[in-house]
Amino acid sequence: MPAGDRGGEALNLTTPLGAEVLDLRAGDTVTLSGTIYTARDEAHLRMMEEGIPFDSEGAAVYHCGPVVQDGRLVVAGPTTSARMNRLTGFLIDAGVRALVGKGGMGQEVVEHLRGHGVYLALTGGCAALAAARMTLKGVYFEDLGMAEAVWVIEADHLPLTVGIDAHGGDLFRAVREKAKTQFHQRFNTKQDTVS
Amino acid sequence: MMVNPADPTLSSALADATERALLEAEIRLPPDVLAALRRAAAAERDEIARRELGNILENIAFAEERRVPICQDTGVPVVYLTLPPDIGLSPALFEGVREGVQRATAAIPLRPNVVDPLTRENTGDNTGAGMPAVHVTPGERLTVTVLPKGAGSENVSRIGMLLPSQAKEIPKFVAETMLLAGGKPCPPVILGVGIGGTFDMAAALAKEALLLPVDVMGDFEAELCDAVNALGIGPMGLGGDTTALSVKVKRADCHTASLPVAVNVQCWACRRATVEVKR
Repeated sequence: MPAGDRGGEALNLTTPLGAEVLDLRAGDTVTLSGTIYTARDEAHLRMMEEGIPFDSEGAAVYHCGPVVQDGRLVVAGPTTSARMNRLTGFLIDAGVRALVGKGGMGQEVVEHLRGHGVYLALTGGCAALAAARMTLKGVYFEDLGMAEAVWVIEADHLPLTVGIDAHGGDLFRAVREKAKTQFHQRFNTKQDTVS
Repeated sequence: MMVNPADPTLSSALADATERALLEAEIRLPPDVLAALRRAAAAERDEIARRELGNILENIAFAEERRVPICQDTGVPVVYLTLPPDIGLSPALFEGVREGVQRATAAIPLRPNVVDPLTRENTGDNTGAGMPAVHVTPGERLTVTVLPKGAGSENVSRIGMLLPSQAKEIPKFVAETMLLAGGKPCPPVILGVGIGGTFDMAAALAKEALLLPVDVMGDFEAELCDAVNALGIGPMGLGGDTTALSVKVKRADCHTASLPVAVNVQCWACRRATVEVKR
């Protein structure tokens, strides 16, 4: 299916991703198919030093440290994306169009994605569900260990929610702002008492 | 009859039980946690949140059916032993647990998560200096309970040394913990709250609270849970009614000048299993 085709209720995205991701809005439901690459903290640091080992144009980077056994993905759910806040800019500059993870990312990433790409949220902990829709294709930086290596994965309709869009929209921030307001109302505190 | 502390069969039986408990905990959620999740999914009003909870329930079914871990962060094992009077505290017990963790890591398999805290060098088998943590209490039977703890939720846990005059502010401290955590710990969470004791005891109590059944709450626990859910953080921080499935409290008496309060955050995958050691 070509990128951007609307199949069923959710828009199906296929890598390499193009300008179609720019139309998405925070809160939209999509599925993602095609090649994606896992990367956690150590992989980001290595890619900054040695360069990105895969074609980054239109790529999707998945924040995940899977369990791999005998060349097979056993389970592969998303890890906390915010750990990579300060490590992400160079990927977007290199043409990466989608970041996939859980928990959302910082304001610097929201700004960096503006006009370039999106952050897609996969349900945290759903590692068995995710792996059922993934096939392992290869690996870079295997010496970093199972959790930190860059695994090349063929994804088949991963169910995702657009968390951050290319227009500065950030569902996580909106929820956080509401939560802050609720907190201060309930406990009668000043807005500046929580960082 | 007193069992020989160096008894290799005791150590080996404990290794078997630890491995079995880890397998059970990693692939199948306890019935009380599952019941709390199902109840939340039925009550949730937010569309995105309902979808997230649907994915979670589907994932749980997948993991059990395929006998694979529920989450790729298979955690670090936290182990609780109960020792009957005829079994002395001995290195054999700790060796047995250690061997069980090593075997489970290779067999299930588990992701090797244990590293040196400074060099970050991975030991490869989920054991290491001081790991796994083993807590021992007296009991009627020899049992091993495992609580594999993931980092996403552990990392946003908090301890506060409140003033004795701040007892009424405990709900605020608990809600503030989740306000700061947002979607990072994989909500809907279960919060283990430890109140009293000392600095270290409060944290231990908070973690032990996660071993309690989550599908029932006392009035104070329900009050804390309501305060957290009013925030609207929702599953994965995407908004909704269900931020906490349950809040469980354990307490101990403390110094008249102290009020330690610890919140151990646990993701929805509150994995735990208990196995009686055959000997």
